[in-house]
Amino acid sequence: MTTLSIVLVLALLLVVFGLLFRLQILTSIFSGSSNREVGVSNRVNAILFMVFLIGGGAWFAWSFVENFDRMNPPIASVHGLATDKMFWGSMAVLGVAFVLTQVLLFWYSYRYQHKDNRRAFFFPHNNKIEVIWTLIPAIVMAALVFAGWKEWTRITGPAPKDAVVLEIMGKQFNWLVRYPGRDQKLGVVNYRLIDAVNEFGFDLSDQNGVDDFTAGEIHVPKGHPVLLRIRSRDVLHSVYMPNFRVQMYAVPGMPTKFWFTPTKTTDEMRAQTGNPNFTYELACNQICGRGHFAMKMSIIVDEPDDYVAWFTKQKSFSEQNPEVLASFKQKSDKLVDKAPATPAAAAVVTPTAAKASL
Amino acid sequence: MAANFPTQEQVQGGIGATEPGHDHAHHDEHHEQGFLSKYVFSTDHKYIAKQFLITGIFWAIIGGALSSLFRLQLGWPEATLEWLKPLLGKWIEAGKLNPEFYLALVTMHGTIMVFFVLTAGLSGTFSNFLIPLQIGARDMASGFMNMLSYWFFFGSSVVMFASLFIETGPAAAGWTIYPPLSALPQAIAGSGAGQTLWLVSMALFIISQLLGGVNYITTVINLRTQGMSMSKLPLTIWAFFLTAILGLLSFPVLFSAALLLIFDRSFGTSFFLSDIYIAGQALPNTGGSPILFQHLFWFLGHPEVYIVIMPAMGMVSEILATNARKPVFGYRAMIGSLLGISLLSFIVWAHHMFVTGMNPFLGSVFMFLTLIIAVPSAVKVFNWLATLWRGNIRFTTAMLFSIGFVSLFIAGGLTGIVLGNAALDIQLHNTYFVVAHFHLVMGSSAFFGLWAGVYHWFPKMFGRMMDEKLGYLHFWLTFAGVYLVFLPMHYVGIAGFPRRYYAWTGFDTFSQFADLNKFISVAAIIAFLGQFIFIFNFFYSIWRGRRATENPWNSTTLEWTTPVIPGHGNWPGDIPAVHRWPYDYSKPGAEEDFIPQTVPYSQTQSSNLPYEKEME
Repeated sequence: MTTLSIVLVLALLLVVFGLLFRLQILTSIFSGSSNREVGVSNRVNAILFMVFLIGGGAWFAWSFVENFDRMNPPIASVHGLATDKMFWGSMAVLGVAFVLTQVLLFWYSYRYQHKDNRRAFFFPHNNKIEVIWTLIPAIVMAALVFAGWKEWTRITGPAPKDAVVLEIMGKQFNWLVRYPGRDQKLGVVNYRLIDAVNEFGFDLSDQNGVDDFTAGEIHVPKGHPVLLRIRSRDVLHSVYMPNFRVQMYAVPGMPTKFWFTPTKTTDEMRAQTGNPNFTYELACNQICGRGHFAMKMSIIVDEPDDYVAWFTKQKSFSEQNPEVLASFKQKSDKLVDKAPATPAAAAVVTPTAAKASL
Repeated sequence: MAANFPTQEQVQGGIGATEPGHDHAHHDEHHEQGFLSKYVFSTDHKYIAKQFLITGIFWAIIGGALSSLFRLQLGWPEATLEWLKPLLGKWIEAGKLNPEFYLALVTMHGTIMVFFVLTAGLSGTFSNFLIPLQIGARDMASGFMNMLSYWFFFGSSVVMFASLFIETGPAAAGWTIYPPLSALPQAIAGSGAGQTLWLVSMALFIISQLLGGVNYITTVINLRTQGMSMSKLPLTIWAFFLTAILGLLSFPVLFSAALLLIFDRSFGTSFFLSDIYIAGQALPNTGGSPILFQHLFWFLGHPEVYIVIMPAMGMVSEILATNARKPVFGYRAMIGSLLGISLLSFIVWAHHMFVTGMNPFLGSVFMFLTLIIAVPSAVKVFNWLATLWRGNIRFTTAMLFSIGFVSLFIAGGLTGIVLGNAALDIQLHNTYFVVAHFHLVMGSSAFFGLWAGVYHWFPKMFGRMMDEKLGYLHFWLTFAGVYLVFLPMHYVGIAGFPRRYYAWTGFDTFSQFADLNKFISVAAIIAFLGQFIFIFNFFYSIWRGRRATENPWNSTTLEWTTPVIPGHGNWPGDIPAVHRWPYDYSKPGAEEDFIPQTVPYSQTQSSNLPYEKEME
């Protein structure tokens, strides 16, 4: 019944619009305005351009100021401070160009609207002006590019040697994280070894991997460079950490990396934002399928001491899954005929080792 | 869809326009052949242009409707969409939109708008319609190839449209169809039959583009009328000409990418696949690179955005000059900047890939090249502004849309300078900032160019005028709508909201802006509904519009010297010769405020400039 009445109302509205439209045509024919080349509507449109400029400009300014605080995700990395400064710096330069050109566009439209007694100014070209307004954007562009290029090379340059290393692997539809353990070396992984238990595809015949541990959330120490080693095991994903201004694709078959230095612990950020539940988040930012919008992992920035304490508490993957380790031992036993297998050093990570990793 | 257009004859009959070589009595039902060759398999460029236009309008409605559907989801993530069940069927699960279908919606919206509307609908319509008319040719170099171009496009449209209805849904890996997602049906259902149809459709589409492009280029080079040197061409023709060259050089690369993807999907090759464990299974593919696909895709993909925008630039230049009653400022600089943009557009593609793991040094190179392309774009904007300065402006609907085009092109173009900066792109890549940027600079602007073109050349297409008042309403509604949708979208993007998200409710980081997203959705849906004003106006005016005169805008270019409805061969008698450039508006000393290109200098002695005296 409601559907029927909605349809009826819509149909009636259409009829009304149709009648108004016919009426408009008929009046314009009778008033003779359809024969005039430039009529009243020319003036109306010119005025509307001014209204649009002033009204639209005011709305833009108001909405920008109104939303400014919400649109800046709090920054918590060293390079993020620099890029944010550059972003708003560039936006200010572009904002000037935007306002200037839009005001001229709308003002000229209004100012030079048709007048019966005026003739347009025949002005086909002027080389001097054209050279000037080719050079000005070229110079501004050069400055912006140069600043951007310097920052880009710094960000993408090699990570400091003492950086904390961790590996993030994207899969449909969550993130897996692996730390190198006490030896500071990530062990070999092989996608053919992946199964429900061995999600990373650990190849535990590689000694470097025996002390590697996985984690349900990312912990990083404040004030210390962190090197993310990034891979994917199925489709493209993108490691996106808005608060750290970090983004890098996870590409199957091609490991990528990104390094950054966190500047504020989670607790400090909770105090700063006044939000007791504030959490740094890792999101996927490259379309990857049904669950793309839900690929989330929490990141916790600790004080260095807390980070070490957390690090030492972790148990290695091989220790948690002795049967996986055993299967590799069996294989290597078979391969190396009765050769004495090296004892698996699935030792608990010691506090000193974790400290050494910093 | 678009093929049938039997009433043009009535319009012609009603007006009594002269159409040489046509005997209307031959066109009755008993002559199937005649009907088919006139209305369906026509080789007349003007007819093919209308076929492209109407097919484009059809696709624009579909593409816009799809965006309204996903804006419903984004604006009201908690609402029940059960009421859409009669339309969407099984894609509504327990009152919710299926997340994979959401991705299919954004994928198809992008594909349809970029390729089917703004490439085929825009360039296909106006290159076809205007090239022969404005250069003074009887038709395209090859009418038959031109006909094939439309029918390959039609075939491609049928395949793409059919893919909307198949059981596993249409392609859903984004319009950029990055593998491995697009290569593996295990990864997303849309990568099954839907993606196959997508690739087949695009292959047909590329054939259509190449047939058209070869034709446009040949026609412009070979069939210009007497006196029509390259330096006397209207800017529209320069734009179409360079667009066709861009398409001819870049579309084959997309074809190769599609072909390799087909091999990977169906024949077990590993061009783009490596080290994949999916759906409980390790795939045998090794050695491929998903990044290779991105290079191939964007080698077309970036020139593509200029393929979309350059015809609009050309038409806007023409319309601004005509209605400001002033020569376009810096004619040669306008051609130069078009050339610069065309050249540079081939060497900036990797700015779409700064954070894909590509070598950062390569990123630096592409950042430099990308920001250079802003210079010719800036020159164009300044020249458009200078064209308005001290003009005597008539606000026809086409003029309104042209001014709107300039405004949107500035608004969207400027943020490109931020995105082209690799260091800033780290944070902004794939966020709504990018979505806002390209929707303004290539989406809305190109659409405005398309509307400007339709309103301006409608009289020449159909012999009638579109209703101006409805046009004004359409313009102001759309202009306001576009800004209301895409300005707030920048805020959402600066806050880091990722694109192609079904909902942001799972993240604390993206917990704000539910209100803005609702606002954007409302504005988008109203702006979409407003387009039906245009559609009504368009079809109503074809049959009932006010009758047009030969040259309703007092314009200088050749198409306005043809009869009200030009017939086969365009000019009843000899093709007119051209004596001057196309922008002699308001020339001092001239009687009228425009001098058509066909008027020799000997007839305008009072207005000739010193260097023109010797040409009298």
